[in-house]
This record gives sequence, C-alpha cells and structure tokens, in this order.
Amino acid sequence: MNTDAKSRLRRTMMFVPGNSPKMINNADLYGADTIMFDVEDSIFVSQKDAARLMVKYALKAIPFNCETAVRINHVTQTPFGIDDLKAILPSKPDLIRLPKTESVDEVRLVTKMIEEVEQREGFPAGSINIICAIESVRGLYEVRAIAKEPRVVAIALGGEDFIADLRTQRTQRGIEFYHARSEILLAARDAGIQAIDTVYAEVANLEGFRQEVTDIKDMGFDGKSVVHPTQISIVHEIYTPTEKQIAHAVKVLACYKDAVANNKGVLAVDGKMIDGPIVVRAERIVAQARAAGILAEEGYEDAK
Amino acid sequence: MKSIQKEATVGFEETNDALVTVTPSAIGQGITVELVSSVKRQYGEHMEALIVATVTEAGYTDVHVKVVDKGAWDYALQARVVAALNRGDVA
Repeated sequence: MNTDAKSRLRRTMMFVPGNSPKMINNADLYGADTIMFDVEDSIFVSQKDAARLMVKYALKAIPFNCETAVRINHVTQTPFGIDDLKAILPSKPDLIRLPKTESVDEVRLVTKMIEEVEQREGFPAGSINIICAIESVRGLYEVRAIAKEPRVVAIALGGEDFIADLRTQRTQRGIEFYHARSEILLAARDAGIQAIDTVYAEVANLEGFRQEVTDIKDMGFDGKSVVHPTQISIVHEIYTPTEKQIAHAVKVLACYKDAVANNKGVLAVDGKMIDGPIVVRAERIVAQARAAGILAEEGYEDAK
Repeated sequence: MKSIQKEATVGFEETNDALVTVTPSAIGQGITVELVSSVKRQYGEHMEALIVATVTEAGYTDVHVKVVDKGAWDYALQARVVAALNRGDVA
C-alpha cells in the first residue's frame, strides 16, 4: 500500500514554522527532500489555531515539488493534536509527524483518522503516512512496536527532548545519543522503514554539523532533520555517492537487468558474484545519485 | 448564516502576512471589508472579493473585516480570515 513511501529519498527534512507565510512561501526553494511544517514546538499556545489553518490552506494552494509533512501536537497529551489532524488531513500532506511518540495506541488513533479522511475525500489508500518521533526513554522502549505499525514509514530521533529526559546535554561527539540512535536505527531496519536523525541546532557551526551528518550517515541513517537552508547542501553532499560507487552501481544494475531479461541464473560483475543485497545497495546508490542530479533518469540502461 | 459574537484579531504585520480583525455588525449589514494594502490599486478588487467569498464559505454574515495586508498570498489571507472568524465566534 505504501511501499514507495517507505523507500522515498529523505536525506533532508526541513522544519518550517507553520504560522509564518513568508517562510512557507519560500520553503520549496532550497531543495530539501521533505519540508516539515511545524504546528508544535515553534508555535505559541495562543497561535495554534492560526498555525494549523495556515498550514491547511498552504498545502491546498501551493503545488510543492518536494514531499510535505506536518508536525502536529501530541494527540493525547495536548488538547491540540486532534484539532490539528481534523484541519490538516483533508489538505493531504504526504506525512504526519507524531511528536513524543510513546505507544502504538497513539499511532493507531492517528491511523484511524487518516483512513477515515482518505475514504471520505476519495484519496487513494496509503496517500498519507506517519513518521514517529522518539523523544523520551519511554518512547525508545516502545520503538520496535511503533516502527511496525503499517502506516509508519520512518522513525525520527527528537534529540532535544530526549537528552532532557536523560538529564544530560548535547555534545559534539554525540555520546548522549549513542544508544538511542542505535536502537532507533535497528527498530527501523527490522520494520523495513527509514531512520531520520535529530536536528543540529547550532546553525552557525557548519563544521560541527558536517561531522555529525558524516557520523549518522555512517551509522546507517537515511537522513537528517534540518532547521536552516544552509544545512541542506551539506547533507546532500555527504549523502551523494562517489563517482566510483556510482559507476559500479550502474554496472551492477545493467548486468542484473540483462540477467533477468535473458534468464541468466548466476551473475557476476568484475569477478564478484552479485546477489539480492548488492542489487538493492546499487539501486539505492543510483537513486541517491539521481537525486543529487549527477545521473540522468534510466542512465544505467546503456552502461552494459 | 452564522454571526460572530466578539471582535477578534489574527495575523501579523509582517512580509507576506496580514493582520485581520473581524467585528460583529448589526443584523442585516452583511459583509463589509476595509482593506489597507500597498498593492490595493493592483489587487484590491481581487482581495476584497476573496475576503467576502471566504467569509461566505465559512458561513458567516453581518461582519466587518479589516485587513492590513503586507503582501499576503491568497491562501494566507484565507487562513487569517477563517482563523479570525473562529476566534470571534467564541462567546
């Protein structure tokens, strides 16, 4: 139903305050893979009503090129979350981000509301999916079950709340997130979905940001939440495969396609046997290269 | 048609935004609009029609809508007008 949504390229998810039409108007210009309209932490309690309507009307009116997500308020721990969903779901965002997720019950409640709106509005089933943010120890202990809920396509680490819960602080080496990142990544992989890392709030410290993105990419994360447009190009650069990786991936896919077309059983490229995981990895590298604009669509077909 | 109970304001005098104030009018007054905008000469007619249509679609009448526009796009203007009506509809 939502297989594509589970594998979509999400190197960068950029937060955009939902009550700022100026920022909303420009949000699509910076090249983020996903823009995340926020009606939660960046919005004062007195402005929640105005923000959710701003996001509702923006999603209806602006033909965004990138994926759209909305971070709503908590559905059971605040009086705003359900109203957020009622206003925003009919505008068909691609994703709803649940903050501070701590149980599958929250996910199921939102899933039910999404299904009702999809049916009522005539949206194809699976149009609107869920990303869950883990921002507490309790949430982390439930992440394996949360990740397996059918509408959930990604798990994000909500780092600032998480370290408050741990009673520690942010460090450059990231030791405070070591366990949470590992657990989230493993839960996501076990469920066949994506893992998105937390924001890096020191916008001026681009070197620190670069180091952190390199680390989380090496861990296996699919992308990072960003809070400023200057962070986008750094993430995309780090997530762009090298020429050598791309050339090999293109060759693997071309040989694989040839093998499938001609019923060749065993497949080898450059003397190495090619099996399922290698083809999947090659497909991911080609997808990343295309997203970075350094490989044309269907570019591997002629590369045999 | 519904009417609002009290005056309410939403929005900001910031770029691409609008400050919208709705005030209850006497029964039978309908929807009246007061628009302040640097682009009123070019877009005033369109914006006033949009404001009236938005109020009507939301199901309200007998309301005065004052808009101080700072270059809001249509969707932002609609969002502010609806939010103001909602706030004004709470006793």
